[in-house]
Amino acid sequence: MRLKLVPKETKVDFFSFSKITISLSSALVIGTIIAFFTMGLNFGIDFRGGTMLMVETPEAVEVGEYRDLLSDVVEGDVTVTELSDPAAALTGEANNVIMVRIEQIGDDAAVQNDLIKEVKATLSDAFEGIVFLQTDSVGAKVSGELVQAGVLAIVLAVGAVLFYIWLRFEWQFSVGAVVALVHDIFITIGIFCVTQIEFNLTIIAAILTIVGYSLNDTVVVFDRVRENLRRYKSMELKDVLNLSINETLSRTIMTSVTTLIALLTLYFLGGDVIRGFTFAMIWGVVIGTYSSIFVASFILLRLGVKRDWDKTDNAAGTQFADIDA
Amino acid sequence: MLQFSIWKKGLIWFLCLLGIFFSMPNMFYTKVEKANDARSLMEAGVVATPEMEAEMAAWPDYLPNMLVNLGLDLRGGAHLLVEVAVEDVYADRLDSMWPEVRDVLREVKDEVGSVRRQDSDPNELRVKIGEPEGMQKALQVVGDLTRPVVTLTGAGSRDFEVSNEGAVLIFKLSEAEMIAMDDRTMQQSLEIIRRRVDEAGTREPTIQRQGADRVLVQVPGIGSAEELLDLIGQTAKLSFLSVVQTTSDPDIRAGTGNVVYPDAEQEGLYYVLDRIAVVTGDQLVDAQPTFDQNGRPAVNFRFNPAGGRKFGVYTAENIGSPFAISLDEKVISAPTIQSHIPGGSGIITGNFTVEESTRLAILLRAGALPAEISVLEQRTVGPELGKDSIEAGKKATVVAFVLILVFMVLSYGLFGVFANIALILNVAMIFALLSVLGATLTLPGVAGIVLTIGMAVDANVLIFERIREELKSGKGPARAIELGYQKALSAIIDANVTTIIAALILWLVGAGPVRGFAVTLGLGIVTSVFTAIWVTRLLVATWLLTRKPKTIEV
Repeated sequence: MRLKLVPKETKVDFFSFSKITISLSSALVIGTIIAFFTMGLNFGIDFRGGTMLMVETPEAVEVGEYRDLLSDVVEGDVTVTELSDPAAALTGEANNVIMVRIEQIGDDAAVQNDLIKEVKATLSDAFEGIVFLQTDSVGAKVSGELVQAGVLAIVLAVGAVLFYIWLRFEWQFSVGAVVALVHDIFITIGIFCVTQIEFNLTIIAAILTIVGYSLNDTVVVFDRVRENLRRYKSMELKDVLNLSINETLSRTIMTSVTTLIALLTLYFLGGDVIRGFTFAMIWGVVIGTYSSIFVASFILLRLGVKRDWDKTDNAAGTQFADIDA
Repeated sequence: MLQFSIWKKGLIWFLCLLGIFFSMPNMFYTKVEKANDARSLMEAGVVATPEMEAEMAAWPDYLPNMLVNLGLDLRGGAHLLVEVAVEDVYADRLDSMWPEVRDVLREVKDEVGSVRRQDSDPNELRVKIGEPEGMQKALQVVGDLTRPVVTLTGAGSRDFEVSNEGAVLIFKLSEAEMIAMDDRTMQQSLEIIRRRVDEAGTREPTIQRQGADRVLVQVPGIGSAEELLDLIGQTAKLSFLSVVQTTSDPDIRAGTGNVVYPDAEQEGLYYVLDRIAVVTGDQLVDAQPTFDQNGRPAVNFRFNPAGGRKFGVYTAENIGSPFAISLDEKVISAPTIQSHIPGGSGIITGNFTVEESTRLAILLRAGALPAEISVLEQRTVGPELGKDSIEAGKKATVVAFVLILVFMVLSYGLFGVFANIALILNVAMIFALLSVLGATLTLPGVAGIVLTIGMAVDANVLIFERIREELKSGKGPARAIELGYQKALSAIIDANVTTIIAALILWLVGAGPVRGFAVTLGLGIVTSVFTAIWVTRLLVATWLLTRKPKTIEV
């Protein structure tokens, strides 16, 4: 008996839902834009500058107590949040981990070392047995550069991919893939606006991986579209697209499931530090799978494809297939 | 596609074995690390204790001993990114040229007349001469002081530029010399930071130059970045200066050639001092923490012969007058010279704690930084969190790995087993590559590995699904497998090239943790394509040729 997530043969007409999916996607993208300008991202100190301390106490301490203590020492804004750990919640273990964030005061390029020392001393005096798990402090100069580097990385990645797909396929495929990609990036940023989960450097890494993953999915579907376009010369584009998505559906679902297995394990067992990262990834894999089926192909259908391409370029797309064992 | 030549088979298995061989030390991490430490101590000339012998014997040296470096987030430690104010040294350099400029101009006094330095922007030296007609001569003699700059690109440039504005001669650093000086300043700073960190006796610090004027310092195992910063953040420029007067007015007009420094302890007390130091910290050969006659912490120092002589002459000539010992433009003590001090050694007293005097001694021994530094970024991961993260990372990797293995067998049966063997080899190869390349594994790096595990099966899934389709269309087993591999290849290549583009850009543009993730993701893609395309195919082909099944189920 084999585990089959997708029946052996599927004949779903994916474009019959296109009204729903396109309105859903548009709503999500527009929602993101609204959320971005109203709620905004909860930028971490990587991008905003300032100081972050992660501390653990043997006994549970009210968040308010930290706030009262620190407001005497620190001039700027102090945010104190409790970190919830799903793994600890499962085992019923106590988990008194608190994150303290201190705003950068002014646009001082350098880090405020004395302030950190004072904060640590205050907390050590107040709570016996306190452990400083992590202390990060980023000056305004570096945080500015990190924002630039992050945006640059995403723009470069999308550009490079656009170019690669244009090289290997046709420009219509390239536009389809990139629209799907931008759609995924937007919606991922949207979820970070809505949930107010901290947006930091590792989230940029996650978004770039989503870029890679979403493309991976889209490219596999497109590869099949290219092949079927050659095989069924007289079939309508819509039917070719549907056939290709159906043929690759089993693979699309299998890969998404294995990747999600890995990511969910990381989310629950991987520790506090990368929880935001894995959250972005899980969301990205779900959205990426959805977009490669519904968004990328829809764009391709709308743009149309030049059908007589194999006359001029017979080897395109098979140039790697001839590698011999 | 299913025929493998002997040498190709051999090569594939050889690479797999190599992967297992070089990833093996990581299974016995602490043991290997201890053995490596003991060996490097021996090489450094330390006589082996029985304990070290035992540690070394636990991991014989014919076995590979390269380990994956654990990043600070896994091991715990401090990370500092500092910026060196390279332009600080320009003014000192110009100041040090002033006596020479003055002397050569005085030699041609008949033509240029009186020579007077004007107050100016610190980046230039302005000299007014008495006879404007002599400017040509002045430019010529001062120009002779300049030397060509040795650089790779700036051929023909000289270290200073000499020009004039009427009767004022302007002497300033050339662009090429500034670049060369920046480089020297950075190298000196790196060296001094390294000495200070080494003096503090921490393990395997990383001290790297980044960009034009930055230094990255990473010290594993240290409890807090603040401690590290106390050690490297101070310029520690020590000078012995003669006191012109003391005052309570910080804005006092000091006069040309003088400076005003505050007292380190007493607020509202300022000293007007001669800018040119009698002796500076450069001329110290040793500094040790000690106690003064009243039992308070102090620092004992000794000058080199030249410094000792200067100090001796100065004290002999100025008995009864005060002099100031300043550290980083603050006066830490200002004793009155009681008697001639020959021999070139002395003691600095101040209001020190024992830690402060110990630290000051280290700083003085290691030398002053050529320029001030400021901290742009500091991060500390406590050892507890590092340990937690390793545990969490291990657990997540193992659980994800097992779940995927089970899932693959459930979905593809025997072919799933083949894919699983490839997956295990894949993980071994990632660790082998990380160890051999000396790459650093960070927590996002672990996430990269877990993600690769999830995605590595993708290539096999593509192939297996394709084989299923070929079987469905009525092809025989061998033909179906062959076609499956052939047709899946272009999708595999395209899919992985796009991911590797993302990984490459992450690596190029990313900082810190992001890079660690890019490294494992990129390596994981390379190894997963290798194992999917060659290893599983070899397994499948071998199985097919030995069993010759009539029908197969994928």
